[in-house]
Amino acid sequence: MLEIPPHVQWVVGCVVVLLAVASVISIAMVKLQPQRDHTELRQRIRSWWWMIALLFMALLFNRTVAIVFFAVLSYLALKEFFSIVPTRLMDRRVLFWAYLAIPVQYLWVGMGWLAMISIFIPVYVFLFLPVRMLLIGETRGFIRSAGVIHWMVMLAVYCLSHLGALLMLPVTNAQAGYVGPVLFVLLMTQLNDVAQYIWGKSLGRHKIVPKVSPGKTWEGMVGGCITIVIVSALLGPWLTGLSAAMSALAGGLMAVCGFFGDVVISSVKRDLQIKDTGRLIPGHGGLLDRLDSLIYTAPIFFHFYHYLGGGVA
Amino acid sequence: MKTRLLKCLFFIVLVRPLVILLIGLNVYHRERLPKDGPHVVIANHNSHLDTMVLMSLMPLRLLWRTRPVAAADYFLANRWLSWFSRNVLDIIPVQRRGRAGQAHPLQGCFDALDAGNILILFPEGSRGRPEQMQPLKRGISHLLRDYPQVGVTPVLLRGLGRALPKGEALLVPVNCDVAVGEMLYLESDEDAFMTAIEACFRQLAPLCTAGVWRDQTPE
Repeated sequence: MLEIPPHVQWVVGCVVVLLAVASVISIAMVKLQPQRDHTELRQRIRSWWWMIALLFMALLFNRTVAIVFFAVLSYLALKEFFSIVPTRLMDRRVLFWAYLAIPVQYLWVGMGWLAMISIFIPVYVFLFLPVRMLLIGETRGFIRSAGVIHWMVMLAVYCLSHLGALLMLPVTNAQAGYVGPVLFVLLMTQLNDVAQYIWGKSLGRHKIVPKVSPGKTWEGMVGGCITIVIVSALLGPWLTGLSAAMSALAGGLMAVCGFFGDVVISSVKRDLQIKDTGRLIPGHGGLLDRLDSLIYTAPIFFHFYHYLGGGVA
Repeated sequence: MKTRLLKCLFFIVLVRPLVILLIGLNVYHRERLPKDGPHVVIANHNSHLDTMVLMSLMPLRLLWRTRPVAAADYFLANRWLSWFSRNVLDIIPVQRRGRAGQAHPLQGCFDALDAGNILILFPEGSRGRPEQMQPLKRGISHLLRDYPQVGVTPVLLRGLGRALPKGEALLVPVNCDVAVGEMLYLESDEDAFMTAIEACFRQLAPLCTAGVWRDQTPE
């Protein structure tokens, strides 16, 4: 039988209860307003059930399964990037090599080799990809392709692999086990999205980046930030080895970084003139639409936790 | 019977999982796919994956009746390919160059329509250059001349020519767009019919966003 740490049991229970409440509300809305179309809301909630189920099953089984799960996420995210961002047709084989960075990077993660996790893609993949490109022999569009391909590998593979790296850190809170820190990032990042949305909807006046993401306001950002700082201060010590003050700081960091991740992916979509990055998740769009904030929060929180938070190796 | 079983197994065990994991489809207007035969599905042709993707979209109850129309000279070229094409894909072989004194080159297709099958046909003829559409050949209107009641569903595929273009053996995973068009019928005028098909493909194009660079004018 799986041994789930007590604090994690609580968190899983709370998430399931929250989702159940959301489901009940959506069913009630359909009953109360039969004339309106609720397809998207219902699809969204059904997809949430699926995502949560898959995530918890992968995370709670054991470390290896969890790492493979994040590797698959990286693969799907990279595939989505390569599908929407145009590359030269002749770069097919370069893309193939870029995919091969995934198993290698997650091998370092599985070994817990932190130095290699940190340098493999920014140094070695970065140097290798243009070499594979010049073997094709076409120089037109070389610069753009080299930049674009490596940037996408950085976002989808390097940044997301830090979720796996968090699993490998020494457990500093026995009540939360190896899953605690990862759950903390995932929860805070998602909650930040929701909080910024709610604050922005109710009080939003001053747009931050009107051209990129008109829905993002200073009020939403500050409100979300305050919310996440408070929730983090309460939840951080429970799920990680951080003190309440450090947890609050981590929460503030994640709120700001999550915002940037969201807006960076929005900028990509704006540039390509598309609404969603794909159709993988019914009601949500593509996987990148869901992972956008995490791309920024995962590596930042990892560094904060590992180098400043006393999660000593 | 054996062929049907082989075909369904091949698609359930191998093709569907691979299509989901290695390619990944963004399907637009799935509800427009045919519900019953006889029917003809036509699509643009850039890759060997085209047939696999279209067949994997078919529900199981129609899959065993879904048959790709394929060039005999290519798909029956050697023993292995021939066995695979006949027994697993269950193709309808068509002679590209009809010889005098032979049966009608489309006879196999007529028989299949009579049997209520769903045909997959690529009116461009062959896999052209990656991700570029060639002019449509008129075979489709010859085929339907005596079958005015059979519907034609155009499907636009985008991205498969990037995943596995002609002449390449290495598959590179990218998501592909599949946009299903409205059903068309051949009424009396064949020219109008061909124009309608081309118009339908053009209308579907904006749905497909896979890897198209639209240059933007700075404001």
